[in-house]
Amino acid sequence: MDRDRALALLHDMLLGRKFEERCAREYMNGNIAGFLHLYPGEEAVAVGVIHACEASDYIVSTYREHVHALVRGVPAGEVMAELFGKRTGCSRGMGGSMHLFDPERRFMGGYAIVGETYPVAIGLAYGIAMRNLPEAVICFFGDGAVNQGTFHESLNMAALWKLPVLFVCENNQYAIGTEVHRHSAVPEVYKRAAAYRIPTERVDGMDVLAVHKATEHALRQIRAGTGPWLLECLTYRFRGHSMADPGHYRPPVEVKAHQRIDPLELALRELSPIYPTPEQIAAAGPDAILKLRQYCSDQGHLPDEDFRQLEAQVDAEVEAAVRFALESPEPSLEDAWQALLANRRGETLL
Amino acid sequence: MAEKIRYWQALNRALDELLAADENVFILGEDVGLYGGSYRVTEGLYAKYGEWRVRDTPISEDSFTGLGVGAALMGLRPVVEIMTINFALLALDAIINLAAKVPFMAGGRLPMGLTIRTPGGVARQLAAQHSQRLEHTLMNVPGLRIVVPSTPQDAYWQLKQAVLSDEPVVVLEHELLYFHEGPLDPAAPPPPPHRAIVRRRGRDLTLVAYSKMALLAQEAAERLGEQGIEAEVVDLRSLSPIDWNTCAASVARTHRLLVVEEDCRFAGAGAEIAAGLTERCFTRLEAAPMRLAGLDIPTPYNGTLEARTIPQVDDIVAAARKLVKEGS
Repeated sequence: MDRDRALALLHDMLLGRKFEERCAREYMNGNIAGFLHLYPGEEAVAVGVIHACEASDYIVSTYREHVHALVRGVPAGEVMAELFGKRTGCSRGMGGSMHLFDPERRFMGGYAIVGETYPVAIGLAYGIAMRNLPEAVICFFGDGAVNQGTFHESLNMAALWKLPVLFVCENNQYAIGTEVHRHSAVPEVYKRAAAYRIPTERVDGMDVLAVHKATEHALRQIRAGTGPWLLECLTYRFRGHSMADPGHYRPPVEVKAHQRIDPLELALRELSPIYPTPEQIAAAGPDAILKLRQYCSDQGHLPDEDFRQLEAQVDAEVEAAVRFALESPEPSLEDAWQALLANRRGETLL
Repeated sequence: MAEKIRYWQALNRALDELLAADENVFILGEDVGLYGGSYRVTEGLYAKYGEWRVRDTPISEDSFTGLGVGAALMGLRPVVEIMTINFALLALDAIINLAAKVPFMAGGRLPMGLTIRTPGGVARQLAAQHSQRLEHTLMNVPGLRIVVPSTPQDAYWQLKQAVLSDEPVVVLEHELLYFHEGPLDPAAPPPPPHRAIVRRRGRDLTLVAYSKMALLAQEAAERLGEQGIEAEVVDLRSLSPIDWNTCAASVARTHRLLVVEEDCRFAGAGAEIAAGLTERCFTRLEAAPMRLAGLDIPTPYNGTLEARTIPQVDDIVAAARKLVKEGS
């Protein structure tokens, strides 16, 4: 991978991590309310997949989608402003954390009912196929979402009509608090694709380069008209399911296996909104960001000095996003009515 | 020039014209293509427009309705046929959580030119799982529009208007109306899609009804006329929004209101209609508004019992006579 691409991936992973850490703080500060599902640990998936897409491809995501939006290019300020419920948010303050939209960037939303992303994605893909366009749709979902009926209904239709969809499973191994072996008779998601004769690959979702490569490969096939693909990315979320969930159901040995840190520090972290220091994370083996940093360093792309500079740049971006959100105005009730009636376009109803 | 045509043929003609005029329009649903539609509504369209424009789907109501939502987000105009409203229960997530809410949650930045056609109501001994109405549930969802055409002319007009709208519209058809015949003048200028129509003038009471019950109300009004009672009949044509002005103006003239619906009485569409008109016309009313509705019971299979669970013309006549006597 060339230097610019590698550094772009690293930038977006760092942005994703730091943005989410800041969200946790702003939630504790009372600036963000409602349900807040954070992404740390899973950055390699959003970054690897979306960097392999074209600007003309559509992205459909779940309720844990801040980082997907950021990687897609939705300005961090607009995402943060949406989380703050402000008028300048990418959904004008009407959607919030779980419903980020940016039609201009073909970011077609965060969906908060588990299993909703499949039908929306095949609908977009149907339109693409009907018009014979070279575009594709990326459909994100978690391991918990594969037991919804829509998974099977939609994969069946996608395969039947050879729709250009890349189904991306972010398998973080938990449906909220229920571990994958307790919720799925077949815990290997990729195996389910075989039921619909959809080609599939399971990749290390902590390795951004592997995810990127697998996505590029799948999209090439999809654009060649062979129909949908399913990519299963094995990953892990470092936090609980949401801010309301300390994540106690996960055995410490398991968390240690993913983060290799002192259980005492783990306990402290679960109790505190402060995220582990880079040094703490450095002790953790499978962290995707450090892996990529190591790669960049090994390739001679990134001396330590430059990494510190990159970190400082990302810190400044996040700081600016928070400032933008804080200074933005609240939407009015009139704005809410406008959001509801925007599609009426002067139509006379009565 | 008006010609005589069946309700399903009027819908078929509207779809044909829509498909011909705009390549963003496509139809999908169970057996809409090769088979021609359970009630013949899409007959001939598959052969004419091909499988991408008229798509037979697997039996997956939630996902194919959701497919319509996804396609509408990119500016297409999908027409989803759900074979009966009873199956729409499986698609409520796509209808309520997606179609009605996504454009709003996106801050008004995405179109939703989705049309959902589905027949409901009590037909002929189809039993409890195939005889439901769902208007009460859908009426309670902000962001959805609901039309309930009772004539071939309205079916033609309102389906076309629904498909051309950028908002999601549910077209509630009725299984017993498909083979009902009436005039259609395709060149006549349509009224706005949600405007109620006074089908018959009268001074003694107002009958407000929709879909098949609007036809029964007109039949009852003719019978009442023979008995010296002049009933005004308002065909709502739409359940969301409701044309309150047309209804209220009628009630203000007649001072009596009888709402007729096939839906179950408890928390049904008629409850909203009666409450809304009471708020608007309280001082003009000379008797308490009355609701004539389906019984609060699952529809029995037995034909005699089935008929007794929903209003018949005799019931409307009797209720109207009772209402006119009250307070006079």
